[in-house]
Amino acid sequence: MPGLTANMQVSDVVVEIGGLPIRLRCDDPAFVSQIQERYAGYVASSNEANFVFDIELAPAGTASGDEDVRVTWDSGRWLMRRGDFRAEWNPSTARGRIEQTVNPYSLDCVLRIVHTLLLARKGGFLLHASSAIRNGRAFLFSGVSGAGKTTMARLAPADAAMLTDEISYVIPREGAYFAVGTPFYGELARAGENLRAPIEALYLLAKGPENKIEPIAGAEAVRGLLGNILFFARDPDFVRMVFDAACDFVGRVPVRQLTFVPDSSVWELIV
Amino acid sequence: MNDKRYIARSTAIAARVLGDETMIMSAANSTLFTLDEVATLIWESADGVTPIEEIVAHKICSQYEIAPDVALKDAEAFVDELSQHGVLLASDQPIAEPLKSLKAVR
Repeated sequence: MPGLTANMQVSDVVVEIGGLPIRLRCDDPAFVSQIQERYAGYVASSNEANFVFDIELAPAGTASGDEDVRVTWDSGRWLMRRGDFRAEWNPSTARGRIEQTVNPYSLDCVLRIVHTLLLARKGGFLLHASSAIRNGRAFLFSGVSGAGKTTMARLAPADAAMLTDEISYVIPREGAYFAVGTPFYGELARAGENLRAPIEALYLLAKGPENKIEPIAGAEAVRGLLGNILFFARDPDFVRMVFDAACDFVGRVPVRQLTFVPDSSVWELIV
Repeated sequence: MNDKRYIARSTAIAARVLGDETMIMSAANSTLFTLDEVATLIWESADGVTPIEEIVAHKICSQYEIAPDVALKDAEAFVDELSQHGVLLASDQPIAEPLKSLKAVR
């Protein structure tokens, strides 16, 4: 007598950000479709992936929205949690699991955390910054919420390709630093273009009565940069890697303060 | 009784010299410190076996026009602040090996 079997159909999609393909699997095809729509432009054409995450959807109403992100290293796994998700990831097995409600922004947060952890080992980081490519070079505009990241993106001229209005992806390669487009957006609510270019300069934003650029060097530049790097894990080794990455970046890329009037004239300085 | 005070750099930090300044980040809580030129001299001399009085006399008073008692008082205050944050360790005995604990030895 044949045994009873239950076949569960699992759908998946490979999202590739910064050249790192991650397979996301879920038994809810409708949610996978949401992921494909949310990360349009970053869905890999190849089926290859470096990491696999299984997503389990929790019933609506089970999320607690007031819990901050916590990321800890425990027994060979990264544990990540916030009110709306719980996740774990084992880098050595390249497998992970996410428990969340039907909300693509929960997955967005997990992906940001995973990329910060992976980038740190490569000397890179995610930065609270908008970024754009102009004349083949990338420009980063960094600051806290309200500093003008999205404003700079909105004011960008037609010849600038926007990489993001919220979270910039910075990675070292062959002695230079590159900015890479991300689907992580802010108020603009639009994914960046999936492009990359060597970074020409990092601008720390300040609004003021006139447009002006002032160089920032040494410790002040590192302090300004570190204040805007996404920094989830409090693991000591991770802290050292991020600190070293910030110091190395400042040693190679000009850091400047950009005081600007929020109109399109500011882009006349960005060349 | 040994009334000397010895200082050593914690190993639970990340540090980088940038020009005349030194940046230090606590690996435990990500607190960032920026040391000026004089503070950097003390930091670099904090080997656990050289008393702070000797560091002040040989590294600071020999290079800067400052009274030894004033320099020592400033250095003690600097050591107190950094040891409170666990990035510098202080003891009335030589510190043979850098301590891994973030708790300062007072």
